[in-house]
Amino acid sequence: MYAFNYQRAKSVRQAAGLLAKNGEAKLLAGGQTLLPTMKQRLASPPVLVDLARIEGLAGIERKGRAIVIGAMTKHADVATSTLVREAIPALAALAEGIGDPAVRNRGTIGGSVANNDPSADYPAACLALGATIVTNKRKIPADEFFQGLFTTALDEGEIIVKIAFPAPSKAAYVKFPNPASRYAMVGVFVAKRGSEIRVAVTGASSDGVFRWTAAEEALRSRFNPKSLDGVAASADGMISDIHGSAEYRAHLVGVMAKRAVSAALGK
Amino acid sequence: MTTVTMTVNGKSVTANVDPRTLLAQFVRENLRLTGTHVGCDTSQCGACVVHVDGRAVKSCTVLAVSCDGASVTTIEGLANGAELHPMQAAFREHHGLQCGFCTPGMIMSAVDIVNRKGHDLDEHTIREELEGNICRCTGYHNIVKAVEAGAKAMGGTVAAGIAAE
Repeated sequence: MYAFNYQRAKSVRQAAGLLAKNGEAKLLAGGQTLLPTMKQRLASPPVLVDLARIEGLAGIERKGRAIVIGAMTKHADVATSTLVREAIPALAALAEGIGDPAVRNRGTIGGSVANNDPSADYPAACLALGATIVTNKRKIPADEFFQGLFTTALDEGEIIVKIAFPAPSKAAYVKFPNPASRYAMVGVFVAKRGSEIRVAVTGASSDGVFRWTAAEEALRSRFNPKSLDGVAASADGMISDIHGSAEYRAHLVGVMAKRAVSAALGK
Repeated sequence: MTTVTMTVNGKSVTANVDPRTLLAQFVRENLRLTGTHVGCDTSQCGACVVHVDGRAVKSCTVLAVSCDGASVTTIEGLANGAELHPMQAAFREHHGLQCGFCTPGMIMSAVDIVNRKGHDLDEHTIREELEGNICRCTGYHNIVKAVEAGAKAMGGTVAAGIAAE
């Protein structure tokens, strides 16, 4: 890892100020992606601004029909939160499947969402649940937030403060984890709220998380795995690597989506 | 350089460190607590697991400066003098190690599992929860047996397990 200057921010405003002063500074949340990336010298920020000491950035609350999760909330705390388990059990289950227990004790939801790794789990939850990403400047709907591989709507100096998830009536997340890394080869989050149905796919596309609209339409007539019979995801733009071809991933999208619908129905 | 103060195995330590110093490096090289091992150095193998404020973390993927004010427990902090921690004793009793390289991380993770999931652990739970700890010798079988027995033994000495944090 290359040397850097370390700053502990005491407030979001101070962190934003430090970012403004150093254009190449990076925010340190849980560090479970950033630090390995820096160790491999794939990133070498001259300044790291640690968000861990900012009060009020971690925590989970219920606001009306939504669950609001602070950006610095750790995966383990989302997984075990009674509020999340009651309102959106699929989200708690997703958090419990990220990495391994030690990674979940350190990694944060804000860090994962801001990074928008194409194989990360949380972006699928944000997109399928129609979450709102709240920053120090504005509120961004998930539909506008994720903009491709490691790319988000966040501006320079913009910091995620919390994420609001409207509770669905039915939802489930099913992933096919890479047997070695446990990253999602394909993960599908299905959510139904009233008549609205959203299907978000992570791990598969080289553009990152996306909504599978053909599946959403098929499920609108009847929310049942059988509705997805004959609905195939296109292999165009899917990731092709040593772990699986684009065609394999496209096939997995259909399989995982069916399983997710079954799970959402409690089957 | 950045000043960092933390409690390690009950003792307060203060040091001036390069900010890029990893917690694993700090405990091994500054504090000479070499029980914490670095296996893969890519946060996969779990040989470097320590507890920070009572939670298992991979110390190769945590900056020492991030632990300012924290309470850290390493494998050296588990035993009570010459008396092994019940989880350590269970690993010895059940032959839960061969070369021993992964063992400190296995034991720190195992104690964390007990802290979170209680003393009555089934095999499936143990195997799932040890997902972030890799052993290349044992085939895990005796590790799982050791964790199950260690968890039960910790039930008899709850105070010892928690006091170590």
